[in-house]
Amino acid sequence: MFYREAGQFKATYAEDNRIFPIRQDRIVFAFIIIFAFLGVPLLASIGLVSNYTFTAILTPFLIFSLAALGLNILTGYAGQLSLGTAAFMAVGAFASYNFMLRIEGMPILVAFMLGGLCAAGVGIVFGLPSLRIRGFYLAAATLATQFFIVWCLTKIGWFTNYSSSGVISAQKIAILGYTFESSMSKYLFVLSVVSVMALLAKNMVRSNIGRSWMAIRDMDMAAEVIGFRPMRTKLMAFAVSSFYCGVSGALFAYAYLGTVEPEGFNLDLSFRILFMVIIGGLGSILGSFLGSAFIVLLPIVLSITIQFLEHSIGLNLPSGIGSSIELMAFGSLIIFFLIVEPHGLARLWQIGKEKLRLWPFPH
Amino acid sequence: MQFFFEVLIAGLLSGVMYSLVALGYVLIYKASGVFNFAQGAMVFFAALTAVGLHDLGLSLWLAVPLTMVAMIALGLVTERVVLRPLVAQAEITLFMATIGLTFFIEGLAQAIWGASVRGLELGIADVPLDWLLDHANMAISQFDLIAAGIAAVLVAALAIFFSKTKIGRALRAVADDHQAALSVGIPLHHIWGVVWAVAGFVALVAGLLWGARNGVQFALTFVALKALPVLILGGFTSVPGAIVGGLIIGASEKLAEVYIPPLLQTLFDTQMNLGGIEGWFPYVLALLFLLVRPEGLFGERIIRRI
Repeated sequence: MFYREAGQFKATYAEDNRIFPIRQDRIVFAFIIIFAFLGVPLLASIGLVSNYTFTAILTPFLIFSLAALGLNILTGYAGQLSLGTAAFMAVGAFASYNFMLRIEGMPILVAFMLGGLCAAGVGIVFGLPSLRIRGFYLAAATLATQFFIVWCLTKIGWFTNYSSSGVISAQKIAILGYTFESSMSKYLFVLSVVSVMALLAKNMVRSNIGRSWMAIRDMDMAAEVIGFRPMRTKLMAFAVSSFYCGVSGALFAYAYLGTVEPEGFNLDLSFRILFMVIIGGLGSILGSFLGSAFIVLLPIVLSITIQFLEHSIGLNLPSGIGSSIELMAFGSLIIFFLIVEPHGLARLWQIGKEKLRLWPFPH
Repeated sequence: MQFFFEVLIAGLLSGVMYSLVALGYVLIYKASGVFNFAQGAMVFFAALTAVGLHDLGLSLWLAVPLTMVAMIALGLVTERVVLRPLVAQAEITLFMATIGLTFFIEGLAQAIWGASVRGLELGIADVPLDWLLDHANMAISQFDLIAAGIAAVLVAALAIFFSKTKIGRALRAVADDHQAALSVGIPLHHIWGVVWAVAGFVALVAGLLWGARNGVQFALTFVALKALPVLILGGFTSVPGAIVGGLIIGASEKLAEVYIPPLLQTLFDTQMNLGGIEGWFPYVLALLFLLVRPEGLFGERIIRRI
């Protein structure tokens, strides 16, 4: 009843080209953005949002969303399966660190951009095999990226500034003399970066380049025949995707963890981001955010549930069992999710919208 | 030169062990087109269950068949609960489901048996073979040789199973074309159950051998990751490919580990410790190989039409 586009006419080309063609969508989206930028800090100032929420939920959620967005561009839009996301994040993080360290007075945002560009360069190199191989062969080949990059960062001391343990401490985030110290300011910083990049991504996938990615994904031979250049398109996808992953890796190091070691960007992280993309929905910008929220929240909810069970029923699990059960629950929930909705949360949202359109009438 | 051969043979023998793990992947991929990422977790689960039962006081002769039963049950349940509802979904969805399965099996194994490292004694000593040490002055582990022998027997048995038995023929038919197989009356789900059970058996053998070699611990699942370059080198659908790929990967990674770091050190003139090349060398090798032959050594030639 309320969610209807009836009566909303598109009179100009610009109106036809909007990201959110329906007015209700625009209102909801504007509300979400205003809430994220103003509402959350307001709630925090009256003590409703704790520091823990910022550091353990909101900031990682946004950072992982960005990484998932990057992988979604590659896997969801361009159809190239990759298991090396964490490696690209590592490149972004360590490159930014070195730019900050070695160049006097480097602005942090420029360092992040340069870090992203380094990741994009690495992405292009490791994307080259995608011109010849596809599917699972490519996925297994991208493992080479994962292991090789982490090995390089661990073994070559220059990258970690010869720190004996291989751990780097990220410099402070400071823009125009303002230092982002508190967890809330870091959250706002990450939120701004992620919003801008998500907007860019949304527009990119609606444009010429995005359409060429989807053409390659759907049938690369046919796309080639009608004139898309597969090499350019695929490498572009690798570059853009790696750029996003690189920036998210830099944020991961600077705004979330503070100190990182190369081993922190292991295969597990790659898998987690792949899960976000699949569960959120392949080929959907919104899906990257939903998937990230799901994967970030799931372990927290699980561990709280297990703790709650332990307290309420007096269930006394030996140490270690709890984490194993968490692992099992995580695995089975993922399987359950894939069985129930193989197209991800974004698809659920679409179905929900269709239903809303009719509600409360049956037809 | 002698050292070279020693490294080479040790590499080949450890390659056989990779092949064992890779076999499990190939079996399932061939029959159902599912890239079963959980094979590594199955290896871990099998090894841990066998050792756990053995530690409870059962003899190995009892523990291993019991584990076998558990593995078959696991395979059948997986087929029923995970794969059947996902029939006709995209490959990547099935792949993700098996990653979920990996988490589940790893959690299950550790929830039942605990996360501590356990030793497994199969009664084969990991000592250099006296005869070779005396005559050729080469140190080749007796254990590795026996493991290679077991792998060879297993592969031969699987080859006979696939080519001579009724179930084997049905399996190959299913691998060729699901729908055609279904239409001539081959029970598809039954066959998939068998494949998962066989893969469970292969995982058990691999788990026992790897467990006896490196101790039964979580790191076993990483060994399984090493089977991936073996797979892409040999081709996802080829049993001989898994064997040959395993040999190549095993030998080359050991040789690379010995010879490349000193080379790099002189090249860049540093004293840095550049060891651990084993960790990525197989993947890079497989990647370079794929650039030449995208379908692997023995994989089916990919013919693509519009």
